Amino acid sequence: MPLTFPPPTRETRSGIRACGDGSGSGTGDTSPGTPGPRSPQRMTPRNSLTPLMTSLSAGGRLQRSPWAACQSGLCLCRERCGIERMSATPTRKAPGGPWWTPQGRWSRSAVGPMTFCGPPSGRGRPWSGKESTGTTPKVWFRRGVNSHNPCGTSWIEMVGEMVMVNVGLNDQVWGISCEDRAVYFRQGVTPSELSGKTWKAIVATRECDRSHSGSSSSLLSAGCFFGDEVRASSDSASHDTDVSSEVERRDPEQPLPKESLDNPQNPNESSALDPGASRTAECDVENACPVVGRGEPTQAPGPSGRPAELPWTNIDLKEPKKAPNHSAAGLPESTGLASLGLFTLGLEEPYGADDHLLWAWVSGGGCAVEAGSVLKWFTVQSGLSPSVQTLSLSITPAQTAAWRKQIFQQLTERTKRELENFRHYEQAVEQSVWVKTGALQWWCDWKPHKWVDVRVALEQFTGHDGARDSILFIYYVVHEEKKYLHVFLNEVTVLVPVLNEAKHSFALYTPERTRQRWPVRLAAATEQDMNDWLALLSLSCCESRRVQGRPSPQAIWSITCKGDIFVSEPSPDLEAHEHLLPCDQMFWRQMGGHLRVVEANSRGVVWGIGYDHTAWVYTGGYGGGCFQGLASSTSNIYTQSDVKSVYIYENQRWNPVTGYTSRGLPTDRYMWSDATGLQECTKAGTKPPSLQWTWVSDWYVDFSITGGTDQEGWQYASDFPASYHGYKTMKDFVRRRCWARKCKLVTSGPWLEVAPIALGDVSIIPESPEAEGHTHSIALWAVSDKGDVLCRLGVSELNPAGSSWLHVGTDQPFASVSIGACYQVWAVARDGSAFYRGSVSPSQPAGDCWYHIPPPPKQRLSQVSVGQTSVYALDENGNLWFRGGITPSYPQGSSWDHVSNNVRRVSVGPLDQVWVIANKVQGSHGLSRGTVCHRTGVQPREPKGQGWDYGIGGGWDHISVRANATKAVRSVSQEQEAHGPVCC
Amino acid sequence: MTDDKDVLRDVWFGRIPTCFTLYQDEITEREAEPYYLLLPRVSYLTLVTDKVKKHFQKVMRQEDISEIWFEYEGTPLKWHYPIGLLFDLLASSSALPWNITVHFKSFPEKDLLHCPSKDAIEAHFMSCVKEADALKHKSQVINEMQKKDHKQLWMGLQNDRFDQFWAINRKLMEYPAEENGFRYIPFRIYQTTTERPFIQKLFRPVAADGQPHTLGDLLKEVCPSAIAPEDGERRNQVMIHGIEPMLETPLQWLSEHLSYPDNFLHISIIPKQTE
Repeated sequence: MPLTFPPPTRETRSGIRACGDGSGSGTGDTSPGTPGPRSPQRMTPRNSLTPLMTSLSAGGRLQRSPWAACQSGLCLCRERCGIERMSATPTRKAPGGPWWTPQGRWSRSAVGPMTFCGPPSGRGRPWSGKESTGTTPKVWFRRGVNSHNPCGTSWIEMVGEMVMVNVGLNDQVWGISCEDRAVYFRQGVTPSELSGKTWKAIVATRECDRSHSGSSSSLLSAGCFFGDEVRASSDSASHDTDVSSEVERRDPEQPLPKESLDNPQNPNESSALDPGASRTAECDVENACPVVGRGEPTQAPGPSGRPAELPWTNIDLKEPKKAPNHSAAGLPESTGLASLGLFTLGLEEPYGADDHLLWAWVSGGGCAVEAGSVLKWFTVQSGLSPSVQTLSLSITPAQTAAWRKQIFQQLTERTKRELENFRHYEQAVEQSVWVKTGALQWWCDWKPHKWVDVRVALEQFTGHDGARDSILFIYYVVHEEKKYLHVFLNEVTVLVPVLNEAKHSFALYTPERTRQRWPVRLAAATEQDMNDWLALLSLSCCESRRVQGRPSPQAIWSITCKGDIFVSEPSPDLEAHEHLLPCDQMFWRQMGGHLRVVEANSRGVVWGIGYDHTAWVYTGGYGGGCFQGLASSTSNIYTQSDVKSVYIYENQRWNPVTGYTSRGLPTDRYMWSDATGLQECTKAGTKPPSLQWTWVSDWYVDFSITGGTDQEGWQYASDFPASYHGYKTMKDFVRRRCWARKCKLVTSGPWLEVAPIALGDVSIIPESPEAEGHTHSIALWAVSDKGDVLCRLGVSELNPAGSSWLHVGTDQPFASVSIGACYQVWAVARDGSAFYRGSVSPSQPAGDCWYHIPPPPKQRLSQVSVGQTSVYALDENGNLWFRGGITPSYPQGSSWDHVSNNVRRVSVGPLDQVWVIANKVQGSHGLSRGTVCHRTGVQPREPKGQGWDYGIGGGWDHISVRANATKAVRSVSQEQEAHGPVCC
Repeated sequence: MTDDKDVLRDVWFGRIPTCFTLYQDEITEREAEPYYLLLPRVSYLTLVTDKVKKHFQKVMRQEDISEIWFEYEGTPLKWHYPIGLLFDLLASSSALPWNITVHFKSFPEKDLLHCPSKDAIEAHFMSCVKEADALKHKSQVINEMQKKDHKQLWMGLQNDRFDQFWAINRKLMEYPAEENGFRYIPFRIYQTTTERPFIQKLFRPVAADGQPHTLGDLLKEVCPSAIAPEDGERRNQVMIHGIEPMLETPLQWLSEHLSYPDNFLHISIIPKQTE
């Protein structure tokens, strides 16, 4: 709580009279809004005030007050700075005297830069605010003034530029800084050193500026991007536009931003979009580095780190009418256009970043500050004091009352009586221990969002029951005020490294932060530093939740867009029919390693696929990566590496004279850019996606890009952005060429390579724990990176890697495969159609033949997932389809039923539970891409479910719930009953 | 001159030196040494006596241990009263350290509530805080707080962290600028001389004529016997946190500064010792 300068109370009426006089004359000769020029009249308020104040001092010293006026015209008073009480005492009462209205406006009686010399008050030491050369008002001190030599000897220039200075009764000096218009106090003024030592800013805030710390509950419901309508391919572009419509988080210094409440937002329209905000969102883990996006819009969210005004430059002048239409149909790379229509909104944002009070005038003439006394004006008093002072003021006359003295006295006596002879006794409550402190950077919650330096402390308690609990404190300074936020680590649901090409950063989520889609983001100076913090915080989180060691066989696995692996222990309530656990409360801990795909089954077999398509099998260890020591198993940790490519685009425009050149129109995109064209990506300037990666090749032309290329790798189009083709026609005025460069990451984790075949997809048969006959091997199907379908033989708990691949013939390359609990194998071919594999069984692990299943109309399927009986498929436009009409005698089913759009990845588990990675989910403070969502209302008779529950994200790319057969106890019998006849 | 904030610190950091002795009839395997501890006045017995429990259980057999309870001079000590209140009410005139007897058997069912876990203390504490805010602000402040804030209050008390507790509790101590105090003052008056556990009534901090109510006004209204001079001389001490505030002390100030962490003023009326 900041200290406040409230209007004065009755008790200070003598002061008010003085000030009222001053305000009267100040009002008369000052034009509103402009700081007055230097004129003798401007001196009036102070001249008339000072003698009064001085004479007051003769009467009684208790009611003296320094006064100040701020430019907005509010007249404010710091009260009761008597000799005895140095701290200001705000009040909540505002009675208002006869010369005073509580909100008394001085009609902008700003006091301009002024000069004065001579004793303003008291014995008066000569200070002068003087305009030296130019316009900078320097401060001068007159040396050698005393009663014998009132003129002094010489001027000394002081450090600091002040609009004005004023001297108080005990020679204390007050000033208003030129630079920030804050009120300053000269520290170190003593009778022997009248010039003092340093200027120190006084924390002066108006009552109304107090931050309202209550949670601003959101009016927005999360996840409004989900819909029932089928998403067609033509508007595939609209969901990759960079609409990071984030509800503005308030600067704690700013008044309540009314507009964000009055203005109901439709996130689909992203009406409150602010270009700055869209940029900041890019720092989140959710945003895969655009240059890595490989031209697939869904994975290339947009313009990271780009100046806000740049969307203007990308508007094609030939198509001006299209610009405001940010549904962006037919503009596959229209990322910048989406923000265009709303850009002005951002400009009109009424609250500036730097909205602190600008002070114009201060008078400390009535304030006697004793040299050497400890002042509390320079820091925000830790929450306590303002209220306490508020309270004490309610009975101000009683400050010196007998009862008060007596209480103080008795308390002192009590302490003496009860403690003095017993100090050697043990304390009943041990004080907590500070475990680690350090300096980090924090992505601040208010605009303009930026990295600010913070001190961080992890405080760990050992509770009475021996359980550890920890609090993370983040101390920051805003407008010179020290503040902090704190997080109970037992409330943290995940600590996740953030993809950032320049910083070692991570995000910290609680259920509340998950709903806000606004994690606490922290960055460390070095990789080691970040890993230390991550490991320590992670360990503390695990300790407070008593999670440790190897994940259970039922664990839910997920992967972020950064390739980091997370695992969560499912609670039985997770798949309950009623009172199910909200999935934003799931706790995720990180496993070492780097993967793109992870699949598990309930017998503890876990496989992964790296970005370079290497197949990996889980060894049963835990830790690795940045988790060393306590957080890591000693065996079963191996080195793991991964390779991925970064893609940039060389763009050219046709010139009638010279042909294609690298000189575009002024409105054109960068000649070297990312796939969207919004971000400049030169060969020299493009960095690996994060600091973990290093280049391992030079740039080379990528000929394998969709749409085809000519011999030199060029793709042609009529204009940017448009659809590209691999041959030139007369209408093609632009062309582009994709360049790729490989980078490599080396880490460690509980993973062993399964050589030699590189994989594109993998699926392990989901099994319920109560399923009998664990004797047979575990069915595992995969698709190679070439598109071959494979079946792994010999997979068991003891040999999770299996022994050999069995090739399953196909007519065309495949993309995705999934095996259900009853050996139903479904697959998706690269042409987007589905296939069902007949007669797969433990004795015939590869089945006998494929049945072609047409995809939903006009859609190309990309992924399939089969649970116990449910079959779900995903198409390239993010639509989720349920296969209807499946019966034991007709396992291929009869129809595709649309379930939802806005889906990126689906995983159906052994309980037919449906989990997805949603493309976009709107939280109360931000938008997240790549969010874990759980289908609610899934019942045996209603396998399609009813709605979505939103979990961790954004930035998640993959989830596997196929190992979780943990049922809520209550529903077991019911479900078995329902599933029994259908199954197998 | 001291700041009012210091009162809060003094109140918070009040400690009672205590000597715990095992009840003579408890069966032990070897002799049980007494255990000395500084008990926080504002906390609860069962919240701060884990060490005591461990200490005595070391010398006892598992089968002889059931729920721990405490007794002072034959009076079972209610764990749901703050420690400072128990001391003021029962032992303020006796010499220090406070001698508490520890029992593991014969739980006095009719005198004490069971305390199965810390959760029970937390639940009791939070319900007191809520009741107090219902009186002070019609529950508006406590209801506006997040669960996290409630937890912070409790964690602050449990871990004896003044700053942590007051960072939240200060909100409970505020009142609208246009008012002169809380709606009603949350208080409880305890007497050893009556059967009634305590007196609790609705009492406003400010009189109808705008004058602040004092501690004396309160007692006159709800417990006149405490101060009525029967033969000229006052026979009772009015004690809060081991001190006797003057009857002229404004009640609102007392409520803001001398309330226990549960936001109640626990006032003990103790017969004056005849010297």
